[in-house]
Amino acid sequence: MTPTRPHTESAPPGRSGLARTVTSDTGRVVRISGPVISATDLPHTRLFDVVRVGTERLLGEVIKIDGDLVVMQVFEDTTGLQVGEPVEATGEPLYAELGPGLLGGILDGTQRPLANLSTDGDLYIARGADPHRLDRNRQWDFRPAVEVGDRVGPGDLLGSVPEGHAIEHRILVPAGAAGIISAIHPGPATVLDPVVDIDGHPIAMLRRWPLRRARPVADRLPLTVPLITGQRVLDLLFPVARGGSAIIPGGFGTGKTVLEQALAKFSTADIVIYVGCGERGNELTEVLEEFPGLTDPRTGAPLMERTVLIANTSNMPVAAREASIYSGITIAEYYRDQGYDVAMMADSTSRWGEALREVSSRLEEMPAEDGYPAYLATRLAGFYERAGAVQCLGSPERTGSVTVVGAVSPAGGDFSEPITQNSLRLAGCFWALDTALSRQRHFPAVNWLRSFSQYGLDAWFDREISADWSPLRRWAAASLQDEGVLQEVVSLLGVEALAAEQRITLRIGQALREDLLQQSSFDDLDASCPPQRLLAMLRVVHEAGAAMRSALQQGVAITDITAASVLADLGRMRRWPADNIDESASRLIQRIAEEMSSL
Amino acid sequence: MTTTDAQSPFTVGHRTVTRVAGPLIVVDGMDGVGYGELVEVETGDGPAREGQVLELDGSTAIVQVFGGTVGIGRRETSVLTRGRAARTGVGNDYFGRVLDGAGRPRDGGPQPVPDDYRHVNGLPLNPITRAHPDQFIETGVSAIDGLTTLVRGQKLPIFSGAGLPANSLAARIAAQARVPGDDAEVVVIFAAMGVTRREAEFFRTEFLIGGAAARSVLLLNLADDPTIERLLTPRVALTMAEYLAFEQHRHVLVVMTDMTAYCEALREIAAAREEMPGRRGYPGYMYTDLASLYERAGRVRGGAGSLTQLMILTMPDDDITHPIPDLTGYITEGQIVLSRDLDRQGIQPPIDVLPSLSRLMNAGIGVGKTRDDHRGLADQLYACYARGREVRRLMSIVGESGLPTEDRRYLAFAAAFERTYLGQGPARRTLTDTLEVGWQLLAPFPAAELKRVSAEHLAHYHHEASVTATDA
Ligand SMILES: Nc1ncnc2c1ncn2[C@@H]1O[C@H](COP(=O)(O)OP(=O)(O)OP(=O)(O)O)[C@@H](O)[C@H]1O
Ligand SMILES: [Mg+2]
Repeated sequence: MTPTRPHTESAPPGRSGLARTVTSDTGRVVRISGPVISATDLPHTRLFDVVRVGTERLLGEVIKIDGDLVVMQVFEDTTGLQVGEPVEATGEPLYAELGPGLLGGILDGTQRPLANLSTDGDLYIARGADPHRLDRNRQWDFRPAVEVGDRVGPGDLLGSVPEGHAIEHRILVPAGAAGIISAIHPGPATVLDPVVDIDGHPIAMLRRWPLRRARPVADRLPLTVPLITGQRVLDLLFPVARGGSAIIPGGFGTGKTVLEQALAKFSTADIVIYVGCGERGNELTEVLEEFPGLTDPRTGAPLMERTVLIANTSNMPVAAREASIYSGITIAEYYRDQGYDVAMMADSTSRWGEALREVSSRLEEMPAEDGYPAYLATRLAGFYERAGAVQCLGSPERTGSVTVVGAVSPAGGDFSEPITQNSLRLAGCFWALDTALSRQRHFPAVNWLRSFSQYGLDAWFDREISADWSPLRRWAAASLQDEGVLQEVVSLLGVEALAAEQRITLRIGQALREDLLQQSSFDDLDASCPPQRLLAMLRVVHEAGAAMRSALQQGVAITDITAASVLADLGRMRRWPADNIDESASRLIQRIAEEMSSL
Repeated sequence: MTTTDAQSPFTVGHRTVTRVAGPLIVVDGMDGVGYGELVEVETGDGPAREGQVLELDGSTAIVQVFGGTVGIGRRETSVLTRGRAARTGVGNDYFGRVLDGAGRPRDGGPQPVPDDYRHVNGLPLNPITRAHPDQFIETGVSAIDGLTTLVRGQKLPIFSGAGLPANSLAARIAAQARVPGDDAEVVVIFAAMGVTRREAEFFRTEFLIGGAAARSVLLLNLADDPTIERLLTPRVALTMAEYLAFEQHRHVLVVMTDMTAYCEALREIAAAREEMPGRRGYPGYMYTDLASLYERAGRVRGGAGSLTQLMILTMPDDDITHPIPDLTGYITEGQIVLSRDLDRQGIQPPIDVLPSLSRLMNAGIGVGKTRDDHRGLADQLYACYARGREVRRLMSIVGESGLPTEDRRYLAFAAAFERTYLGQGPARRTLTDTLEVGWQLLAPFPAAELKRVSAEHLAHYHHEASVTATDA
């Protein structure tokens, strides 16, 4: 078999048909300001075309055209670059390479495998490396799903290859291609070997897709199914839908990264794309050291097999932060199109926003709020809008989703800043992390009074988990609200100022906060909590509240009620063995009732 | 720093300084110069000053001059380039020496003989070559060892306020740091920026008198030295440290003080370039700039060495949301916060444990590293102290008599904790002592109230006082 060239999928409707002639130019550098370079003599270059800058051929992208002057951002360190060096414009935008071999990958912002960025034995990242984004030599076992003579169109399933133990990597007809299957080549194939011919044209597995463009879908679907996160506070009070989006704003040390990592480990997604954007190197190392020892909660396969890691740490070139976000979402969409539920975690979107700000300031653009460019909102919207639940293109009929969870790092922990505010308008869930809660070591430090979810998922929980889910959820939310009001009184006047009835509300609030909402990610038993367990715990707290109230009615002194030793057992609910949850719950409910009535 | 480095020849063209603005000069005729390269500016008056190319536009370069621009004019100033970025010598010959902020000897001694030269900006470590830090460092300070444990390869700042004893705490940690069961020596590179002569003298005595000299290097940029040189100081220190840690497999502790002075130099450059200022006038790229320093901490796979950073910064107005502590906190792996209140009460070291945190603590403690009860005990002490402080606040409203008995127990605990656990004074405590002091403080509490500790650890370590056993 003769290897093909990677298949560049043609543009979605709107620009399709206008097959673009690729013209490459060579210009020269005239100005250098950090990651921002200007060049002349590039007459054919278009916005967002890829450039290779200087004799080291540093990767860059055109971000502005001003008369003869073409301005670009360079994704690598520009130290040593000189005025007069050549700039080669490729005439193409920045592409992601898509195909089997992505899963388990550890990539930089422009999708280069990190392992190929350091020369043997070197610890540091070298410049100008241009390795293949996907391994060209690895063999995959192609299993066809079509027969010769079948008529196929964009998105139709051609066949699949096993990618790891649990994921069947589905090979689809590229966007823009259609015709009759004229040959099939089953069995081992590299990503460039043809696996089928369509009207005599060989089609391989490798696809290229421009990063900044959303992949086409047949239809967008309503968001009705939750992505179960395993975090009680989220699943109970602020659930996110599959295909929805959530932001996690919080000051430093409030738990954004721990939460993003918990979601990457435990959420019920088929595929997880984890983007470390402008954050710490050690956090990536932690993931790299921890994930291989963990298993996918749904399939039992090694967790790395459902994960793609994209790492552009804070000391890596700034402009590549933006590329990392788009690389991540494009890979996410690619698996979505195969019919998978994908979750993308981005930690932290603020670092991307800051990169935009830095580049914009070097372009001397007129800044809007806090120095961010006026197009910040548009960029953020373009990103969050790529989340969604979809009817995929092509047959067989299938649905997929991309859920996006973006961390936000507001300056000074103040949520009024532009990235938080703009993201807030776009995301369906707002999981506000609170410095005060994290100081009290209440984790996850999700502020239950400030956070919200706009997804109506009660119907799903009532149907799939239990009919008392939504009534109990409302009870919990209302109790927390009431407790919050009473706490304000207590902090001014002391607890003695409250009526006995109110002190029970306070005690219930405490149980909800300490015994239910708190969940340590470092506690192996409790790091993730399935909905059934959450429900059982919630029922116990609810019954405990009822038992306390009835004891009060029987005339028991409030101090005796709130000091009842059985209440300490609420704190042990998180240690219940995984089997017989319901039995553990009813046993505790009974003991509480007995002790309360014996006071 | 590069005066003995005669490897690359000078290139001189027809260069003219066309503008001098604060720490910057604008030079014409800079063809063939690379972005970020080292420049030497000679005025005929004193030694050449080093600078760095910040921007190139055609043949015009904007250069930041580390040595300051005083005396630079349009004539009689020549601008030399060496065709490479700024470098520093690295190696063992620097131990025991006092260098200036750019790495040149300032102790009157001979020029050190470096093993090699390295670019001061370094390169980003490839994340896949890092090893996650997980080895406990005993500092002898209970508040740190017990509650905000430092590990090898961590970057942990001390958030201080004007007049608080951050420098002496850092010096104390540097002097006492050891890894139990590991004899490997810790070497210290101390980068002082914008410090007074009195502070400089303190560091010199701490580090270069006695046995410590053989394992310390001191870089001093004094308050009256050129401000912009401070941009170089931590980079020179970290470059030396990286060499020792990752190539010579030593355990290196880099202490950087005061990052606030460093950030002021950054702000000065930004202002001179008329950049759009970010929060409080600091440049928008300050996060990235600080990260390019702090991220140089770490450990690497297959290497025995480590680079641990302890950086001190003074929070202007004790404001933790000020951009300097804020951006630092977003990059480092926790923070140690000093408290003016504790300091006033004479509690030394005055560490406020509530806002303090070591994010790598979990990886560095527990069975086989410190002790099985470490985590639970730390959480319990923290919880009791937090509650004690809350009760104290409440008491100021309702008065002590209005407090329930159990609240009074927390009140007493908070005071005792501050006095004994935090206020250990100059004495060094081993980890075992630290843990023991913790358990003693918990003695007044009945076991049932100590929810953060496992039943097993309670049975083993809790000295439950008999009085409380009866009233429970
Ligand atoms: N869910 C959790 N369970 C237990 N501990 C937590 C949890 N979340 C956060 N923590 C604690 O808080 C620390 C800081 O959390 P994390 O690193 O996630 O903060 P962050 O918000 O990402 O901060 P930054 O913005 O600086 O990156 C952790 O090291 C851990 O000690
Ligand atoms: Mg984080």
